Amino acid sequence: MTLKRILVAAWRSFRRNGWLSTATILVMMLTLFVIGGLLLMSVVTNAVLTELERKIDIAVEFEQGTNENSILAAKREIETLADVEEVTYISADEALANFRERHQNDPDILASLEELGDENPLPATLNIKAKNARNFSGIAEFLQSKNYPGVCDTCINYFENQKVIDRLSEIVRSVRAFGAGTALLLAFIAVLVAFTTIRLAIYTAREEINIMKLVGATNWYIRGPFMVEGMLYGSIAALATAVLFFPIAWFASGKITALMPEVNLAEYFQTHFFEFTAILLALGIILGIVSSMIAVRRYLRV
Amino acid sequence: MITFDRVSKIYSDSSIALQAVSLQIRPREFVSLVGPSGAGKSTLLKLLIAEEFPSEGRVLLDGTDVTTLTVRELPYLRRRVGMIFQDYKLLVGKTVYENVAFAMEAAGRKEREIAESVPEALEIVDLVDKRNNFPNELSGGEKQRVAIARAIINQPDVLMADEPTGNLDPANTWEIVRLLEKVNELGTTVLLATHDREIVNYLDRRVISLERGKIVRDEEKGKYDRA
Repeated sequence: MTLKRILVAAWRSFRRNGWLSTATILVMMLTLFVIGGLLLMSVVTNAVLTELERKIDIAVEFEQGTNENSILAAKREIETLADVEEVTYISADEALANFRERHQNDPDILASLEELGDENPLPATLNIKAKNARNFSGIAEFLQSKNYPGVCDTCINYFENQKVIDRLSEIVRSVRAFGAGTALLLAFIAVLVAFTTIRLAIYTAREEINIMKLVGATNWYIRGPFMVEGMLYGSIAALATAVLFFPIAWFASGKITALMPEVNLAEYFQTHFFEFTAILLALGIILGIVSSMIAVRRYLRV
Repeated sequence: MITFDRVSKIYSDSSIALQAVSLQIRPREFVSLVGPSGAGKSTLLKLLIAEEFPSEGRVLLDGTDVTTLTVRELPYLRRRVGMIFQDYKLLVGKTVYENVAFAMEAAGRKEREIAESVPEALEIVDLVDKRNNFPNELSGGEKQRVAIARAIINQPDVLMADEPTGNLDPANTWEIVRLLEKVNELGTTVLLATHDREIVNYLDRRVISLERGKIVRDEEKGKYDRA
């Protein structure tokens, strides 16, 4: 019965303070929008960075006529390294086939290949992908120390590309760190704004809280409606924000896909819509209830 | 039975609200607390509902020391003591009916009881036809009558009135005074803090005079001025 009274009181106050309720919901929407935007942004950045990292690899070329078994043995050994994600073997024949396919519209190159006759100018290769761009130097050192048959210093392309790879992995790392820092800061500010708004809404009710106490209401009976109202603010704001993100995700997705074909934001948003909404909903409700509780606390000390 | 046992309220050396005040009020008494502003009338009332705490001494209501009540117990004390104020202290977001009902809801009374009692209380203060109005649609006298209805709805042992007529014209003032007398006749102890000479002289009941935090006079059938 008490619960019912609290719910009724909350709904009544929510309705009668129409403008205040609307304004509070809008500010909370702003907060949730910032947090949701940061969430999606981090998904996109992560996808882009992962894609970039995937493009980095070390190619080890084996000199002509190296025994295939010894190459495969080297492959197995490299695969056991903890930092290695994947090793692919491309035999000389495959390399040639790939080469022909890539240049099938280039008669000059095809002609020069014909001139060579049966001889294959391309080496067999092991392509090594690392779990993390930072691990490449370790892998390269390992390869060098092993001195596999048919591998010369210049056969390991890492040393040619070292500077580029290092710089790229440095960029990836700092973008991630900076992004996380900025996101946290922005989220913190947004939460503070929502908290202050709710406090302001409750400040207008401080006299009422005082009266309720003098009439003999318990603290929970006074607090209850404010908490329910905060929950209402939070959930309405969360749902509205989630809906608002639909057109934005579609629009942004087109732009991002044009730049990075591997990243499909719209698809991600669609498959994760419920998770996304649930996160916003949980955030909104927690923010609403906790802010209300903290704000009411000050005026309950009578 | 209300007992103040050597109660002092000292805010600071230069601001002493009450100084070793001792007094007893029996059930069903109608007591006027008089004295100039700042004499300590309001402080005395606030101590009784534990809105403030004494620096020294005990305040007892029917044998319970209200100064030792916990946050959980406090609401139950306040349901036994109705209060009305000079500034009415109505909930502006609630209608007349809801204001009166709120005190019962907060006390956890049943829906059916509330539906019966609130119209009765509104009948007593003659506000049945204003039950759906909000406080800002009422006159001062009407607001104070709503406050009285709210104060008596839980059938308190004591009704405290802190300058209830301070903002009212004579006609409304007398209406409030007569209501307080009626409440007292129905068996509730009434404690009226006022500096309205006419009211006190008309009542012809017990008068306690406070001056600078001390009781200077306590007469069974007193007048506002020294006899």
